[in-house]
Amino acid sequence: MKTSRTIEILVGLFVAAGLAAFFMLAMKVSNITEFTETDVYTLSARFDNIGGLKVRSPVRMGGVRVGRVVAIEYDSKQLEAVVSMHIMRKHNGIPEDSNASIYTAGLLGEQYVSINPGGASEFLADDDAIEETQSAFVLERMVGQFLIKETEQGAAK
Amino acid sequence: MFNQFQILGRRSMSVFQRLGQAMLFQLQILAGLPGLLRHPRLLIQELYSVGVQSLAIIVISGLTVGMVLGLQMYNTLVDFGTEESLGPVVALSLVRELGPVLTALLFSGRAGSALTAEIGLMKATDQLSVMEMMAVDPVKRVVVPRFVAGVISMPLLAAIFSAVGILGSYMVGVGLLGVDDGAFWSQMQHKVSFDKDIWNGIIKSFVFGIIATWIAVFEGYTAIPTTAGVSNATTRTVVHTAFAVLAMDFVLTAIMFGES
Repeated sequence: MKTSRTIEILVGLFVAAGLAAFFMLAMKVSNITEFTETDVYTLSARFDNIGGLKVRSPVRMGGVRVGRVVAIEYDSKQLEAVVSMHIMRKHNGIPEDSNASIYTAGLLGEQYVSINPGGASEFLADDDAIEETQSAFVLERMVGQFLIKETEQGAAK
Repeated sequence: MFNQFQILGRRSMSVFQRLGQAMLFQLQILAGLPGLLRHPRLLIQELYSVGVQSLAIIVISGLTVGMVLGLQMYNTLVDFGTEESLGPVVALSLVRELGPVLTALLFSGRAGSALTAEIGLMKATDQLSVMEMMAVDPVKRVVVPRFVAGVISMPLLAAIFSAVGILGSYMVGVGLLGVDDGAFWSQMQHKVSFDKDIWNGIIKSFVFGIIATWIAVFEGYTAIPTTAGVSNATTRTVVHTAFAVLAMDFVLTAIMFGES
């Protein structure tokens, strides 16, 4: 049997290693570090159809992530989906006439909001809304439109 | 004709009786918890034999499981050109399922069987009766420290298993197979959520720790005090823990990740 001091040291090392592993999982593996993005401002955008967009989906400008979707609600008066986004404060130079679209990353990837900058000299501020939006690409609708076009052409012949 | 029914009835009654005994035993353990605060040294000793001595097998298994996962997942993912997804795939499967479950199975093989054999032999060699004669409660003195040590060790061991496994897949994926370093970690951080995935994994391993240690100390304490009895009890510990952990894993997964 080892002396009690050695055992205590080994137990201490074991507990420390366990906590270190937990800490590594928290900081290095999970997204907890992203919760610390407190320096943000809120923008909103209205879409007819958000497709597969989810809360925490990224918001990108030119492919670079500048923020995150924080809330998705349905406005039952205007019959539109309202997407609220947190944009990092350092990206506060988004022109007022920018437009927002919902795109898909890759063929089967997740969906994200893309902000395409306009040319206005005024910038969007906290709680502003992006007026011009383009809805998500829904495959079924595209196929439907394609079929209708085909049948119309067939009928014309 | 009725003999078969009688056998069936006797078997089921003894199963339920044993479940009830286990419940009462758990209550006894819980009642003994406050007493442990006055003797923290007992706990340290058990943490050493239950936790520290299980460390080697946990680290080695975690590393190899992570490396194999990395290798196999890479072969499939590379066909779709999405080998950067290696990070999230490995991290999610380790943190959610493999970490807690494999750790619990290894833990019951390494530490649970030892606990059962130790307590069973204490009973067989009348050490427990001697304690009772000296007015020392054997549950408080022998069982409670071992139970608490097991419950504390399991989440720590599972966290070590997952972390080492992710490092193992990093070594294989990024080091050998040439997955991009930044994409490996950033995709992982993007897909793995702290409160949904990591926290649920910790809760799982905590529940498995209770189950594995509970079965181990109960089997030891109620073992028939003969050589064959202790050996049977040790076997039952490992087999029953495996059943209970896998069944419980399904239940917990259904509750935690059932509706997304």
